[in-house]
Amino acid sequence: MSKPYLSVENLTQQFPDGQGGTLTVFENANFGIEKGEFVVILGHSGCGKSTIMNILAGLAEPTSGVVKMDGFAVSGPSLDRGVVFQNYSLLPWLSALRNVQFGVKARHRDWSPAKVLEHSRMFLAKVGLEGDVIHRKPSQLSGGMRQRVSIARAFANHPKLLLLDEPFGALDALTRGTIQEELLKIWSGTEQTVFMITHDIDEAILLADRILLMTNGPFARVAESVDITIPRPRTRTEIVDHPNYYAIRNHLVQFLGRRSKELAGQKVEGPQRPETVRIARESAPEPEPDANPRLRAVNS
Amino acid sequence: MASQLSLNQRAAILSIVLLVVGLLIWEAAIPAQKAAEELTEYERLTGGGAPKAGIPPPSDVLAKAWEQLSNPFYDAGPNDKGIGIQIGYSLFRVLSGYFLAALVAIPLGFLIGMSPVAYRALNPFIQVLRPISPLAWMPLALFVIQDSQLSAIFVIFICSIWPMLLNTAFGVAGVRQDWVNVARTHELGHLKTAFTVILPAAAPTIVTGMRISIGIAWLVIVAAEMLVGGTGIGYYVWNEWNNLDLTSVIFSILMIGIVGMVLDAAFAALQRTIAYAE
Ligand SMILES: Nc1ncnc2c1ncn2[C@@H]1O[C@H](COP(=O)(O)OP(=O)(O)OP(=O)(O)O)[C@@H](O)[C@H]1O
Ligand SMILES: [Mg+2]
Repeated sequence: MSKPYLSVENLTQQFPDGQGGTLTVFENANFGIEKGEFVVILGHSGCGKSTIMNILAGLAEPTSGVVKMDGFAVSGPSLDRGVVFQNYSLLPWLSALRNVQFGVKARHRDWSPAKVLEHSRMFLAKVGLEGDVIHRKPSQLSGGMRQRVSIARAFANHPKLLLLDEPFGALDALTRGTIQEELLKIWSGTEQTVFMITHDIDEAILLADRILLMTNGPFARVAESVDITIPRPRTRTEIVDHPNYYAIRNHLVQFLGRRSKELAGQKVEGPQRPETVRIARESAPEPEPDANPRLRAVNS
Repeated sequence: MASQLSLNQRAAILSIVLLVVGLLIWEAAIPAQKAAEELTEYERLTGGGAPKAGIPPPSDVLAKAWEQLSNPFYDAGPNDKGIGIQIGYSLFRVLSGYFLAALVAIPLGFLIGMSPVAYRALNPFIQVLRPISPLAWMPLALFVIQDSQLSAIFVIFICSIWPMLLNTAFGVAGVRQDWVNVARTHELGHLKTAFTVILPAAAPTIVTGMRISIGIAWLVIVAAEMLVGGTGIGYYVWNEWNNLDLTSVIFSILMIGIVGMVLDAAFAALQRTIAYAE
């Protein structure tokens, strides 16, 4: 079996728990992401999603284990791994346009200012920001606009891997829908690999090729990898009519509502790998929820 | 009727009313000198009629201000220079000491803000040196530097360094990790990060420190110049006191206030240009 494009190998993260002991967030986690794939990770608050993402970004060092991208171990942040932070992380003293220019200048140090400007404007236009608004400071933009600027900044740099930490967390449902579709539009034209965190099941189904499900911490595990068997292009309104939609959704709800807790806190020896779950119309719509959870999580 | 005026207009009117009323009360409170023929025998014998050095009325001060400000840069010897020249000397000392202090305080503050080790190592020195009244350095400065002009500049340097140093360190240490992470994910080097992310992020706090410093420096220069003498607005006040010219003393006190206000306003304007909302 050839190695995936991005491979997470035996990743363990421990923190001091504040009472002199150690808190193991996750242990011996293993999973891979293929090139061009859109992977969403779902899990309850505090299970360690942001921790994984920070390690993938190179912003934090794991206690042990490695992340390999294209065969090379990740060490430190890189322009090849673009990050859209949960709280946008725009520089508040720069206008929307200058925030994007900031990124483009860092990526293409040899470009002329005119070229940087043109490129930045193009990507802002792709997320629907044109005209006067791009000269406003982030504090003068709505939450949705800030999020778009942040996405434009990340995409304008053509990173090979895009890491999105709950990018739409603070948005209302309507704005969310628009930006999700904009995100899909930009991504579909590229070879980019996306790893995204969310709490929203419908958002995950709309966007992902594959959803990774995490159990609750401590000793959280990436227990399942659910293939989203709904063809693209997808839209919010059409996917709900697809026969697989509710089967997948029920499975995710079951996992987050019940099994993520049942599977929690179990220290399991050896490398952990998510079990692949594929729900297609032909197969049973709902995997039996009564099956022994431990058996279900056995490595495949 | 009053409600049709804007808040600023109403405030301005009230300010002017207060000023006029204040000046009138002051003017009325100063007893006029009696003319010699009205004096009684007793007053003449006890010398009560000799012109006394009393507090001058505001009309005299205004006349003095007009006279001085219509020719601020005359120079008629060491003890008789125009107010413009004196303020110029003071400003020169303040600004040179101040910029030297900024040159030291801002880079050092950056270092302290970025490095917890540097912070802990330097903190005891800062804590001991900071509460020392700047004038306490004067004898030592005069002895070591052997030059009163440079000693005054040194005193300004030492008093304006602390607010800038501490505010820079505080501002730099408080830069949001998210913004630093933005710099890191864009592979910016240390120097580039310092100038394009940390400096603008900490700038409001740094400029607040600079504003406090220039205020203190202007307070201190008056006292320093009273000590070292020669030139400057502080020396001018003291000299006019020795001449018992209270009109000039009051006039120069007003000028000190106005120059201090202008310096502060300049930094307030700078603060507004670099402020950002999160
Ligand atoms: N620097 C740290 N020091 C100590 N504990 C930490 C640290 N960072 C994270 N943790 C702990 O690790 C666990 C996972 O945190 P993480 O931020 O990854 O959760 P998350 O899955 O992203 O949650 P959410 O969905 O709420 O963002 C939490 O229990 C948290 O308390
Ligand atoms: Mg998180």
